[in-house]
Amino acid sequence: MPDQAVLLGLEAGAARAATSLFPLEVRSLSYAVSGKRLLNDLSLQIGARPVTVVMGPNGAGKSLLLRLLHGLIEPTSGHILWGGRPLTSDLRRRQTMVFQRPVLLRRSVIANVAFALKARGTGSTERCMALLEHVGLETHANKPARRLSGGEQQRLALARALAVEPEVLFLDEPTASLDPSATAAIEGIVTAAHRRGTKIIFVTHNIGQARRLADEVVFLHAGRLVEHEPATKFFTQPSSPESQGYLEGRLVF
Amino acid sequence: MQDFGGAFRVAWQLVLNADADLLDVIWLSLRVSLSAVSLACLVGLPLGAAVAIGRFPGRGAVLVVLNALMGLPPVVVGLLVYLMLSNAGPFGWLQLLYTPTAMIIAQTILITPIVAALSREVIEQLHIEYAEQFRSLCIPPHTAIGALLWDARYSLLTVALAGFGRAVAEVGAVIIVGGNINHLTRVMTTAIALETSKGDLALALALGLVLMGIALAVNAGVMTLRTTATRYAYA
Repeated sequence: MPDQAVLLGLEAGAARAATSLFPLEVRSLSYAVSGKRLLNDLSLQIGARPVTVVMGPNGAGKSLLLRLLHGLIEPTSGHILWGGRPLTSDLRRRQTMVFQRPVLLRRSVIANVAFALKARGTGSTERCMALLEHVGLETHANKPARRLSGGEQQRLALARALAVEPEVLFLDEPTASLDPSATAAIEGIVTAAHRRGTKIIFVTHNIGQARRLADEVVFLHAGRLVEHEPATKFFTQPSSPESQGYLEGRLVF
Repeated sequence: MQDFGGAFRVAWQLVLNADADLLDVIWLSLRVSLSAVSLACLVGLPLGAAVAIGRFPGRGAVLVVLNALMGLPPVVVGLLVYLMLSNAGPFGWLQLLYTPTAMIIAQTILITPIVAALSREVIEQLHIEYAEQFRSLCIPPHTAIGALLWDARYSLLTVALAGFGRAVAEVGAVIIVGGNINHLTRVMTTAIALETSKGDLALALALGLVLMGIALAVNAGVMTLRTTATRYAYA
């Protein structure tokens, strides 16, 4: 359905980019709050294609890393370079983030999507409806957004994130409080976006989900980068005791 | 205390007969106070929202001043506006003293800080929830302010109501700049003050009852609206 894809604007992402955001390079990144180092001297390089899954126990710094990469917070020290350049608002416009708890405007479902589109100076009712159809919410278009179920709310948050045609989609444990079927729906939409060329950086501490989605895994523990490996290698031969323990379901602190 | 029974009777008679003088006074009260609330919202809501989401040096001081101004004594506001509008004052040439416009100006000054300070609190709460999402979507500040004001609209209605309550109930400012002139600048509160000083306590009390009735009706209306909004999860 080429028409639908055009309406969704999902093909546009890769084609439009005059200057690539990749490779994403992180150099000795640290983040501290009142002297306490929450992320410590993190360096890694991430390419444009693979689905990158960030794993690790609670408090490892996964969400912090995502917020730093997206520019929601400023690092204490270190550099983040997107295609060799520091993050500017122009580059930030090419990325969006879906949060663990969806933040929905106190408006109708369709108005939530329209708001995101309008922020980019585009947007028609057809485009909104196409996006809602894409996430299976077209019959709820005029419902108040905050009356949707948890899974539906997160799908709406995804539709809104995709509305801005991101080249990079950050997801911060988007299914942490959802049941399996709602989780499957979210994963399906994310996978579809990836197939269309959107870079996915996905935080989860659900091992099954990481196995389903990941092409490569970034494993954090206590604010440090422990492993950054292709998914097949990470899941079959984890090299560090922390990741081995985590994958075996032992409690790692 | 024999006046209470009489007051109720007089009040009912006034309302039932739709007494022309009474309607005049009620109409002017509503016109002045609703105009003042509208103007105060026009200034106070964006101001409150800007302070709520803005991070600038001296923000703490602005908050203290804003909160302190909520307690502005009406007579002081009346006096200041009087000085400005009197023939010797800088705006004397406008010839506004002892007109409803002067009363609107005084009440607007009185309640703008209330609207700004209370809306600042409401908006700040909502902003805590929305801030990261807005930042992720690269929403510019003026769009963010608009969106926050719109999404908080039902809570802000209560803020406007607080302003209206203050405006319609105050007597100090309007009596100084309005002068309580019959058929021209007489509102409910100044009429009550006048009738009390004349000794017509029954009429004064009757006017008071009507005033409270209006306040009750407005509050009930806003409450209903809010409950409906909450039911539909818009608030």
